Amino acid sequence: MLFGYAWDLSSPLAFAISIMPILLTGMWVTIQAAVLGFFVALVLGLVFAILKSAPSRWISWPATLITEFIRDTPLLVQLFFLYYVLPEYGIVLPAFMTGALALGIQYSAYTSEVYRAGLEAVPKDQHEAARALNLTAARTFTHIVVPQAVPRIVPAMGNYLVSIMKDVPVLSVVTVLEMLNVAKIVGDRTFSYLIPLSLVGGLYLIMTLVASSGVRLLDAWLPKQGIPLK
Amino acid sequence: MTDTTNPIIKFDKVIKRFGDLTVLNELDFEVKRGEKVTIIGPSGSGKSTVLRILMTLEGIDGGVVAVNGEPLWHEQGPDGLRPASEAHLRKMRGQLGMVFQQFNLFPHMSVLRNITEAPVKVLGLSKAAARERGLELLELVGLSDQADKYPHQLSGGQQQRVGIARALAMRPSILLFDEPTSALDPELVGEVLTVIGRLAEEHDLTMLLVTHEMRFAREISDRVCFFDQGQIREEGTPEELFTNPSEARTREFLQAVLD
Repeated sequence: MLFGYAWDLSSPLAFAISIMPILLTGMWVTIQAAVLGFFVALVLGLVFAILKSAPSRWISWPATLITEFIRDTPLLVQLFFLYYVLPEYGIVLPAFMTGALALGIQYSAYTSEVYRAGLEAVPKDQHEAARALNLTAARTFTHIVVPQAVPRIVPAMGNYLVSIMKDVPVLSVVTVLEMLNVAKIVGDRTFSYLIPLSLVGGLYLIMTLVASSGVRLLDAWLPKQGIPLK
Repeated sequence: MTDTTNPIIKFDKVIKRFGDLTVLNELDFEVKRGEKVTIIGPSGSGKSTVLRILMTLEGIDGGVVAVNGEPLWHEQGPDGLRPASEAHLRKMRGQLGMVFQQFNLFPHMSVLRNITEAPVKVLGLSKAAARERGLELLELVGLSDQADKYPHQLSGGQQQRVGIARALAMRPSILLFDEPTSALDPELVGEVLTVIGRLAEEHDLTMLLVTHEMRFAREISDRVCFFDQGQIREEGTPEELFTNPSEARTREFLQAVLD
């Protein structure tokens, strides 16, 4: 029994059906962790992207160093660090929050590159035209650069959302009851791993297929010229 | 402020380098108010750089550029000239407009928005006033019916005409044309030159044009300057320069491009 649902071991099918609500409970945690982590990655990545392209090296170099460090160390190490080291300094977060934060931090290193590449892909011509028209730097950024960068940024971000979903099981090591962890507990208690783990694989496939077709639709729907302004 | 005797553009021993390459080599160059001047010359001779310096897209490494009697890349400090601040550049830039070789229209903005964006945001025109002026300018360049289209829906020639309207919308006193027809298919060149020619005739705008269209340069210019190796090698009225160039280098160049 887990989350108030009992399993039925009378037949493989009955077992699969009986543990479905348990796995779906885990899946809901997985989705929440992925979405929260992705949100952190979107915000923090933008901050890093802006810092990295700052005109002063005193800002851009440390920012680059930090993102390189994040990118080149394993997610698991960062997760352990947040989970076991932060409490020593009085910062105690629930396991779920810690996990989502770790995912967000790790992926912010990737998303910052997506932002940067997207912003830099807007041709120099556009900056020059804006300058010739005496538009301010801020106006140029918000109304000339960003609308043209969005169609380049969004599809790549969507791919990271799918990727982040697939990294959520790492959070099981800090006791987060996401889908894989739940399936493992079911296996531990019933001595039957095949069905729960297969179901996890199947549910993951559905989740990522839905998410990536969403990304493809979004990509097809986004106007390639940029967000149109009348 | 308005000064009819002094040149509206004055380059005084201007030096511009890109790394080891000296693009402008102590260039002296003047344009009078209302004058239509064409710059011709081989590629890499620094023609476009002159325009880009004026539009404040490139800085200078020596000398002084003055627009309307006021230094462009410098401003008056307590002890003489010092490098210009962005605020000074902004103020000066308002007197100039530029038409680019690749049009550089904003692809995500409608044709009308391309034209009205800066007047509304920079000059502070009301949306209605900017729109009215935008439509007038579109009529001037013969594109009244294209206001709501987006740049990619237009031909190259039409896009460049929008580029001209966009530059004019800021009411510059100097209009710079950087090879405005070089990126166009041959059959689209004419419509753009017609618009530029009409501007030259009907407006007291000062126009500075870099082009490879020799016949056109001959028709519209008050003066033609032949640029070579970062200096003006020869200048004169179109008649003088095209029919009877005094320098061997000019003759060589004209022969090569006119054949």
